[in-house]
Amino acid sequence: MKTNRIPQSFKIAGAFLLLLAVVLMLDNVPGISVMLLIVLRKGAIYALVAVSMNLLNGFTGLFSLGQAGFMLLGAYTYAILTIPVGNQALVYQRYPNGGIGFSVTESLGRVLGQQPGLLLGVIICLILGGIVAGLFAYLIGLPVLRLKSDYLAIATLGFAEIIRAVVQYEKLGPITNGSNLLSNFTNFSNFHLGSLKLDTVMPFVFAGVCIWVITLIINSTYGRAFKAIRDDEVAAEAMGINLANHKRMSFIISSFFAGISGAMLAMYQASVQATIFKAAMTYEILLIVVLGGIGSISGSIIAAFLFVGSSEWWLRFLDNTTVLPNFNAKLLLAIIFAAVVVGVVSLVAYKQNKAQKGRSAAVGRGRKLLALKPSGVITIVVGALVLLGDLLFLISPDLQLPLLRSGFRMVVFSVVVMMVVLFFSRGLMGDKELPDLFRTRHKRL
Amino acid sequence: MSRILPYLLGGISVGGQYALIAIGYTMVYGILRLINFAHGDIFTAAGFFMVYATASLPLYLSIPLVILLTIFMGVLVERAAYKPLRSAPRMSVMISAIGVSYLLQNVMWYITGGLAKRYPVIPWISDSVTVLGYTTKRVTIITPFLTVILVIALVILIKKTKIGMAMRAASRDFETAQLMGIKIDNVISFTFVVGSALAAVGSMLYFSNYATVTPVVGAMPGLKAFVAAVFGGIGSIPGAVLGGFIIGISETLIKGAGLTTFSDAVTFALLIIILVVKPTGLFGEKPTQKV
Repeated sequence: MKTNRIPQSFKIAGAFLLLLAVVLMLDNVPGISVMLLIVLRKGAIYALVAVSMNLLNGFTGLFSLGQAGFMLLGAYTYAILTIPVGNQALVYQRYPNGGIGFSVTESLGRVLGQQPGLLLGVIICLILGGIVAGLFAYLIGLPVLRLKSDYLAIATLGFAEIIRAVVQYEKLGPITNGSNLLSNFTNFSNFHLGSLKLDTVMPFVFAGVCIWVITLIINSTYGRAFKAIRDDEVAAEAMGINLANHKRMSFIISSFFAGISGAMLAMYQASVQATIFKAAMTYEILLIVVLGGIGSISGSIIAAFLFVGSSEWWLRFLDNTTVLPNFNAKLLLAIIFAAVVVGVVSLVAYKQNKAQKGRSAAVGRGRKLLALKPSGVITIVVGALVLLGDLLFLISPDLQLPLLRSGFRMVVFSVVVMMVVLFFSRGLMGDKELPDLFRTRHKRL
Repeated sequence: MSRILPYLLGGISVGGQYALIAIGYTMVYGILRLINFAHGDIFTAAGFFMVYATASLPLYLSIPLVILLTIFMGVLVERAAYKPLRSAPRMSVMISAIGVSYLLQNVMWYITGGLAKRYPVIPWISDSVTVLGYTTKRVTIITPFLTVILVIALVILIKKTKIGMAMRAASRDFETAQLMGIKIDNVISFTFVVGSALAAVGSMLYFSNYATVTPVVGAMPGLKAFVAAVFGGIGSIPGAVLGGFIIGISETLIKGAGLTTFSDAVTFALLIIILVVKPTGLFGEKPTQKV
């Protein structure tokens, strides 16, 4: 059935432009929470890298853990190319005559005028960062892509570590500054439109365009070939898909965008150092992909903002020791907490009881008051212990909240991640996209 | 020769420690086909157990206690994070392993406040001895011997006992072993018991050499031990031991040559070379082809 409605892509583009307008406004409202802006900027960058990882892990089924290494390549390429000549002596303090002796953004800025030149220079350098990452991905892919699942994972992880070691090598110091910081290069705060700040809009625009390109790839014939490889390699090969070619292509594209996001991360931080691109970073990105749902682009984007938001902002209070004002506040808090615990435990017990009773009735076993699986019993025991702890907290004279101190945020966060991995393995969106949720059933036919 | 000797000795010692950790990886991989990313963190946790145990208990009590706690932790991780996913795709189990590693690191960071803790001095093995004109800690000399003894014991366990036979059967064919009446969950738990116990011993030897424990210190030795396991042929215990020694020696020799930056990189380069040239490792069996 043909409809003369507005095509979906137009709707998405419109929504994106609206979003940009809102972000631009937020960026320029005086007195806006700095945290919000940080979350928006970093979230956009993480969204891009998560989507790039999803392209490889979720859509092609190649389990690679090299993302941090490719981000590093992109970040370093970008930083080295854009440090203004005047600042190079300062940045490369330990290496006399260090630096490349020119700066792409600076030279273009001189030729085309400050802002347009800078913008063009940044775009060129971002793409170059991506290309360097893609080039390395091609070279690494030659031996590595022949490996399967976990061997591939460990080999790409190894390559990321090798790249990190090589960049820090003393002899490369005049270019990479060894293990020291690269800084003073062109970053988001160098841009403004008249008197409007563009700090937050720029990462959104760049990430948005890149993600749009990735969706185009996924919806193209190549993307369909990737999905076919993910679902069944043998069948895909029988349908005439060149496995080696497509795997390599997916690996290079994913690394290209990881490189760009690395460069954007460097811009966001205004400095870059090899030590942050550790395996732990790759794990975090992988966890974002899993939280959002493996094989869902919008899932990855939402999860990236949730991840950055909760780790940078919403869960911050868990890291600070908090002293309550008076006993009433303590009582209220303890009661709310107890109610939540009781609610969750009884929900689990109720659901399991129902399921187990149904089963035992089917096999004709005797009736029990409460039929539970071992996991249900454990839940009840843990719940009881937590309630006991709550009670102890209530009767203790101390007004300080227990457990809250530096590091607790990450514990809570990783527990949540484990819950998702174990109990909601489909993640936030499964393999659905955001527009799928608004679509009514009959329209699909 | 006399210049290389200290590095060689150090390398053999580090190699022995890697070997002990690598056995945990190789046994778990042999049965579950899972890279237990959390193994390196269990190794670190053993280090912290030792720090806290010796703070209040005498040494002869704290050593067995630490081994028991580490075993308990290994089995707990298996029961909580891997068992529910037994029929899930391999990728989910691996993600779960990464999640557990992340969780353990964060919990350890929270408990210790992120500070490096001094590892207790274990009297006899931390003494200095002189071998061939080179002074070192006694632990350096003991490690390879202890490793070999433990491995021989383990091989006997696997070859001669009933549970060992069950383990071999499970690693050959998981489902058939189940059909033959082997309680697969017990076998897997036992694998984690052995692996964690060896990791605990390995951590005592390792940290006696390095003196401090931090929450993320285990990640690198863990990965290297995994490389050792792959190098020797995953699933093969003698292979893991040989791989451990090779990785340990090559790493210390690189450090001795003044290229410390590359000591980790060389390990991974070795891994990639072996994976490309001989993906089954030195002693690995050819995987049975399934249609």
